[in-house]
Amino acid sequence: MITQRFFGADRRIAITVLVLLAAAVIVPLLNLAVSPTSAFYIPPYIVALVGKYLCYALLALALDLVWGYCGILSLGHGAFFALGGYAMGMYLMRQIGSRGVYGNPILPDFMVFLNYKELPWFWYGFDHFWFAALMVLAVPGLLAFVFGWFAFRSRVTGVYLSIITQAMTYALLLAFFRNDMGFGGNNGLTDFKDILGFNVQANATRSALFAASAVTLALAVLLTAAIVRSKYGKLLMAVRDAESRTRFLGWLAENVKLFAFTVSAIMAGIGGALYVPQVGIINPGEFDPANSIEVVIWTAVGGRGTIVGPIVGALLVNAGKSWFTGVLPEFWLFALGGLFVAVTLFLPKGIVGMWDSWHGRAKALRAASLAAEAGADPEEPPAKIVRSAARTPGAWSASGPEPQPAE
Amino acid sequence: MSKSNTILYLDGVSVSFDGFRAINNLSLVLDKGEMRAIIGPNGAGKTTMMDIVTGKTRPDEGEVFFDGQVDLTRHDEAEIAMMGIGRKFQKPTVFESHSVEDNLMLALKGPRSIFPALFHHRSTAETQRIDDILGIIRLGDKRGELAANLSHGQKQWLEIGMLLAQDPKLLLVDEPVAGMTDAETEETARLLKDIARDHSVIVVEHDMHFVRELGVKVTCLHEGSVLSEGTLDFVSADERVVEVYLGR
Repeated sequence: MITQRFFGADRRIAITVLVLLAAAVIVPLLNLAVSPTSAFYIPPYIVALVGKYLCYALLALALDLVWGYCGILSLGHGAFFALGGYAMGMYLMRQIGSRGVYGNPILPDFMVFLNYKELPWFWYGFDHFWFAALMVLAVPGLLAFVFGWFAFRSRVTGVYLSIITQAMTYALLLAFFRNDMGFGGNNGLTDFKDILGFNVQANATRSALFAASAVTLALAVLLTAAIVRSKYGKLLMAVRDAESRTRFLGWLAENVKLFAFTVSAIMAGIGGALYVPQVGIINPGEFDPANSIEVVIWTAVGGRGTIVGPIVGALLVNAGKSWFTGVLPEFWLFALGGLFVAVTLFLPKGIVGMWDSWHGRAKALRAASLAAEAGADPEEPPAKIVRSAARTPGAWSASGPEPQPAE
Repeated sequence: MSKSNTILYLDGVSVSFDGFRAINNLSLVLDKGEMRAIIGPNGAGKTTMMDIVTGKTRPDEGEVFFDGQVDLTRHDEAEIAMMGIGRKFQKPTVFESHSVEDNLMLALKGPRSIFPALFHHRSTAETQRIDDILGIIRLGDKRGELAANLSHGQKQWLEIGMLLAQDPKLLLVDEPVAGMTDAETEETARLLKDIARDHSVIVVEHDMHFVRELGVKVTCLHEGSVLSEGTLDFVSADERVVEVYLGR
């Protein structure tokens, strides 16, 4: 039964990756090669919208790696997403060149407007794509590494850690709002023209960005699955369930957490970098703690500790948001809050986790009835039901999200 | 007292929490290969003593030496675990969302850094070792079972198995038979006696029947220091011990 379930999880990962890769090919085709009058035509705004959702899904998957598998409830993951986005935004700003409103070949418009005389040192290099791409990985990764190094070494856990991650993103929000930070202040970075020499607004470029997001998400799914399945992944869950036990076995729990946190931040940064050219703007609002909390909701709705769950959650909640804010804009936040409460109360394992429970129970019942028909020992099957309904490997232990005390 | 040939050496150790002296000038010596039972009423400082030895609590004063020369007060839990001290908690603490086999795999002696764990493939030697331990702890038929589905007694055994997988020199075992049936208790006594053949062991236990079964030297703690030491018969005949256990 256990091996069956492992195959089940593998199959689910494989299906997700295939669906994403198929979408990366089919959606651009239906947008570019099909006539706009055809029923199969996908209009550009849908491509951009779903592309944006895929970036959110990548962010939710990144959060799931630390929250679902290691119990670190980060309420500041939006910060890593936004930093990746800013790194990409800086590249896009420098691609504008002399086509800006003020026509300055070096300085972006907002710098001319704010009377900058020369380019600040931290904008050097961002005219090269490779450098910007490196920064997309390095800046969120480094911040997560330094932050995590201090937090995990001081054994800050649980709600205290959540609060300081929130403080981190709030501090960055305030910093990026300042005009003299050199990141465009309140307005952020926008009015992009080109990416790698292609017009950002063009249909073909948007389709390509969509495809890039889908492929990146597929790769992130494979990477997360590989991490979670490794011995390190088992250790990660062990730290989540009984941290002091891992310490007394000789593992350095802080390093275990630090690695996952850093990898997760880099994934979030990549998500942000793909997001910015698709939405055409990045501003300090992305650092808003409320954004990071929304990511937690997507992950909870889809099912933390499942790889596919956060992706499902991000796509569904955002699709719901797009629809809801169109119909009843003033009630969206109430709906979101209600959704979180409802999921916590009725679907504690999220959609995917719940599906697993139902599926497991149905399978066990079927096995039980088959066994009964075959006239097998009636004592055996009921025991099986209890077991399979109890837990899936790697799932959260029944004692809840709180780590078990050692003593 | 000479430290050579001792596996654990505590001298004049004291620690207080908010003015309460949990350990008070405690001295205790364990020879290499010895098994010792520690008894004492609630609050005698048994668990605090284990916290000090395993690096969870730093003593205010006193010496704590492992293997004759290593000063344990200078190291943290993970370092001490790597030196060869394994600890079983009072409440069985296993990784409930992992299978019995994976629990042992995470405990097996080996490199303890991230990248080897990330690219780890189980070798035949490791599988062999896991099989051996499963046999010792009598869980051979449960290897694929999630630890959460084990009975209380089986979890205690699994935790002892995880200690064995670490291949420690010294095992600290806190109340191994709490909540066990009589049959399980006897089985556990046999298990610990097996283990004591090639390890040094400290067992903290309240169950006198179990301590008698172990048949080893007994140390009785009271208010953070040693009250009496010797065979179980000697200790239980000691008037002060009787007084502490039964009240004045």
